[in-house]
Amino acid sequence: MNNGEGRRLAGQAEEEDDEDDVDECGLEAWERAYADERSWESLQEDESGMLRSIDNKALYHAQYRRRLRSLASSNAASRIQKGLIRYLCIVIDLSRAASETDFRPSRMAVVAKNVEAFIREFFDQNPLSQIGLVTIKDGVANCLTDLGGSPESHIKALMGKLECSGDSSLQNALDLVCGYLEQIPSYGHREVLILNSALSTCDPGDIMETIQKCKKSKVRCSVIGLSAEIFICKHICQETGGLYSVAVDESHFKELILEHAPPPPAIAEFAIANLIKMGFPQRAAENVISICLCHKEARGGGYTCPRCKARVCELPTECRICGLTLVSSPHLARSYHHLFPIAPFDEVTPVRLSSSQHKLPKSCFGCQQSLLNPGNRPSLSVECPRCKQFFCIDCDIYIHESLHNCPGCESFRHFKTVSSSEE
Amino acid sequence: MASAPSKLYTDDVSLLVVLLDANPFFWSASSLPFSKFISHVISFLNSVLLLNQLNQIVVIATGHNCCDYVYDSSSPASRSVGTGKLSALSVDLLEKLEEFVGRDEKLLKKEPEGSIASSLLSGSLSMALCYIQRVFRSGPRHPHPRILCLHGSQDGPEQYVAIMNAIFSAQRSMVPIDSCFIGAQNSAFLQQASYITGGVYLKPQLLEGTFQYLSTVFGTDLHSRGFLQLPKSVGVDFRASCFCHKKTIDMGYICSVCLSIFCKHHKKCSTCGSVFGQPHSEVASEPNKKRKAGDT
Repeated sequence: MNNGEGRRLAGQAEEEDDEDDVDECGLEAWERAYADERSWESLQEDESGMLRSIDNKALYHAQYRRRLRSLASSNAASRIQKGLIRYLCIVIDLSRAASETDFRPSRMAVVAKNVEAFIREFFDQNPLSQIGLVTIKDGVANCLTDLGGSPESHIKALMGKLECSGDSSLQNALDLVCGYLEQIPSYGHREVLILNSALSTCDPGDIMETIQKCKKSKVRCSVIGLSAEIFICKHICQETGGLYSVAVDESHFKELILEHAPPPPAIAEFAIANLIKMGFPQRAAENVISICLCHKEARGGGYTCPRCKARVCELPTECRICGLTLVSSPHLARSYHHLFPIAPFDEVTPVRLSSSQHKLPKSCFGCQQSLLNPGNRPSLSVECPRCKQFFCIDCDIYIHESLHNCPGCESFRHFKTVSSSEE
Repeated sequence: MASAPSKLYTDDVSLLVVLLDANPFFWSASSLPFSKFISHVISFLNSVLLLNQLNQIVVIATGHNCCDYVYDSSSPASRSVGTGKLSALSVDLLEKLEEFVGRDEKLLKKEPEGSIASSLLSGSLSMALCYIQRVFRSGPRHPHPRILCLHGSQDGPEQYVAIMNAIFSAQRSMVPIDSCFIGAQNSAFLQQASYITGGVYLKPQLLEGTFQYLSTVFGTDLHSRGFLQLPKSVGVDFRASCFCHKKTIDMGYICSVCLSIFCKHHKKCSTCGSVFGQPHSEVASEPNKKRKAGDT
């Protein structure tokens, strides 16, 4: 690439080195955004004459690999224990500060939009967990929804109550949340995620006592700020073992909130390991009609509680008659990839590819895409450390972010038997 | 991959990824010989290609020891004209398949005595999904992908986690997994796969009529499916098998740390090593129940 692009790349790798003064072109800070992006240079014509952007892929992939590596190292440190059964209260700050328009259209709207995405992602990754929503308004914390496992009901409740006024009060919010989380069973992981817009908190008493109370009842508090770093938020997170971050813009906020979706490493003393009794109901055939307990309607399909034979429509749930937790085995299986993660792939240097081209495969093992760029230059590729198959970087991302299987290791029995004897 | 730039994709253009079970252990015991079955499948694939000139077909063979792509209608090599007697598709596919079966046999180290001679469904599913992601990446207009498993071998329990991962990934990218199961007993894996991803699960009664089953149930594109009466699910077995005895259970104990399943109360989790206290599910769910009852 050209000079400008290279400089930008290097700058990003070194965690945004601040260059506050006017740069050599004599541009002001507000003009530089366009000059630095050079958006016209990242366009290329493809075979059909369409304009297409190039090479953001490599940059994006480098970012992704960094994230993967840090994740893998933290996994290695904490073994495979994860808090898979989570009870999370999301506290949304709807004080006056939430109407600020530094996020477009307003902080509140941005928060609501991303909380919706977060709730869906959360239940996708933690099917046996529950979420509750709490709002702070006029210095008072209100419970918007009880802890529950249905994403739709939370999202509906949130979208219906989007107005802000008054001050924020962290203490009131923490008190209320602690009260709720104390009721949950001891094997569950108690978590609070505070989305804080305000720069101040207006508390009726000593918030330090409340923080100690949270710590004692093993509630992990995390805060995402939308304005600036605040000491008290940092203190809360430090004391209770949570994460504190401040969003700089909307996409950063989205990234930060989605970081809370995968289960956090379990801290041994936070939740007591236990065996939970659960039922695995079978799904009835579509033409067997029976009255369900949730809607009190006669309909086909549905699941039958193995203990009391009551019919329910959806899983996971708790049987309304006998209180047995009902799940299906896919719900449990959805969490297994957290326990058996696949190793990050090794990057293959283009030099190695071109030097021994006669031996190495020319196409990605997963999608059969050619690993050679137009003009026979080898493009970025990765190699699975176990099965030694080559993958393109798109497959690499897909395999680690969504599939959680290495197609190479799965496609050769001899790797599978090796792995099962290891485990 | 788009050879003609003026390609216009509409609702009814399909990308059909066929996972063909080529497990010798299954076919040697099957009542329908593999060669007959293949001729049914080839006629089916040809008819799918004829339905729309933009339709695309990829065939992945699932063997006992390995999996591989055996046919891709979009690759330039497969655009050659047939020999007159046989179409290009069958020549290509049969050649590659023969090569594949030979390779699969070579990889066989020892006879699977006692254990189940399963096929590597997890591998071929993963490959199919990678291929489909590539099609998704190819631009805003692409054929609508679906996966069809032509499977007959028994489920391999060791593939459970991997197959489940693949199913969830397919569900997230809205790719239906259809299954046509030609073995003796129903496959719980494929039943769940089709149920979760919204595909069709079918177990043909008469294997001699495979072509009819395939063309009537699995031939149509996803858009037209809405107008058809396709076979409904006859119940899905969602029961889990416990980790300790591999028994299928309908009530059991779950480790709260790693979600392992046990059929009776243990002192220690064999998967993650957590030490358990007393079973207290009844006591713990009590306050929760009361709060819920109060709400409604």
